[in-house]
Amino acid sequence: MTSTTRKSAFVRGTLDSVPFLVVGVPFAVLFGVVATEAGLDVAQVLGMSILVIAGASQFTAVQLMSDNAPVWTVLAAALAVNLRMAMYSASLQPHLGAARFRQRALVSYLNVDGSYALSIQEYEARPAMTLGEKLGYFFGTMVLMTPLWFAGSWVGAVAGQALPESLAMDFAMPILFLALVGPMLRTLAHLGAAVTSVLAAMLLSFMPQGTGILLAGLVAMAVGAEIERRMKR
Amino acid sequence: MSYSDATVWTIIAIMGIGTYLIRFSFLGLIGNRQMPEWVLRHLRYTPVAVLPGLVAPLVVWPDATGGSPDPARMAAALITLAVSWWRSSMLQGAVVGAATLALLLWIS
Repeated sequence: MTSTTRKSAFVRGTLDSVPFLVVGVPFAVLFGVVATEAGLDVAQVLGMSILVIAGASQFTAVQLMSDNAPVWTVLAAALAVNLRMAMYSASLQPHLGAARFRQRALVSYLNVDGSYALSIQEYEARPAMTLGEKLGYFFGTMVLMTPLWFAGSWVGAVAGQALPESLAMDFAMPILFLALVGPMLRTLAHLGAAVTSVLAAMLLSFMPQGTGILLAGLVAMAVGAEIERRMKR
Repeated sequence: MSYSDATVWTIIAIMGIGTYLIRFSFLGLIGNRQMPEWVLRHLRYTPVAVLPGLVAPLVVWPDATGGSPDPARMAAALITLAVSWWRSSMLQGAVVGAATLALLLWIS
């Protein structure tokens, strides 16, 4: 492992991350806007982006908070959306498990949809990569994304206070979430889970704010998993 | 929103710690052991199980119209979903969906 190959892996990761910035930066700005509309102040918006760095769960939390949902439902729903990251963590383990504790701790903080998707694709395409190169690539994918995620949220929070009502910002979050979900609907199991989620959430909307979605989510996960199990047989 | 500042910060802190622990789980602590297949199978569907249900009531009963169904928002939602699915692109879906909503609200 030489420092030049590690550096070139880092640069490759950075270049590969550029398409993700095109989506990520507007997403960050919108988060700032939507969170501000919901009633968070600038410090809280930035604090959430820095401590959580996970767009979908941040939007989920803010949406439920604007409905004044009980605190535990906000937390349960926001963390449920992030459970997929346990899978990312498990899937990076064979590649980065041998790294030093400090490095694994930092990888964990930066393990988001974009860095995971790019890195796992790269590791599988180039099995000869050393541990140093793999770490270099991973950190490369986040070197622009991380500061831009924070900066975008801050810009959105500041600008959000100035946006006119006529922009229909209430609908920014539904559009973003639907655009996020669309590309995931690639199998019958995913489609089944999504349809179940919609129907169950509507049927359960009589439940106290935010609790219906938890039950709907569990039922929909079970439906997705069950369809997958039956299709495999 | 009617939470105190302290409550908001508590939510943010717990979300941050919880999310970190989820990300740290396998890489940091569990090591080489595998999760049972049935758990992985359920985890694969968390995003598609949670996000559509979260959005559905906002599409059908939007706050902005006092909870009565709004054709412009409904159409924008369907077009967003269709375009992002067809093009396999979040960005294209979001842009076309937002443009649809802007256009329909402007016409009406």
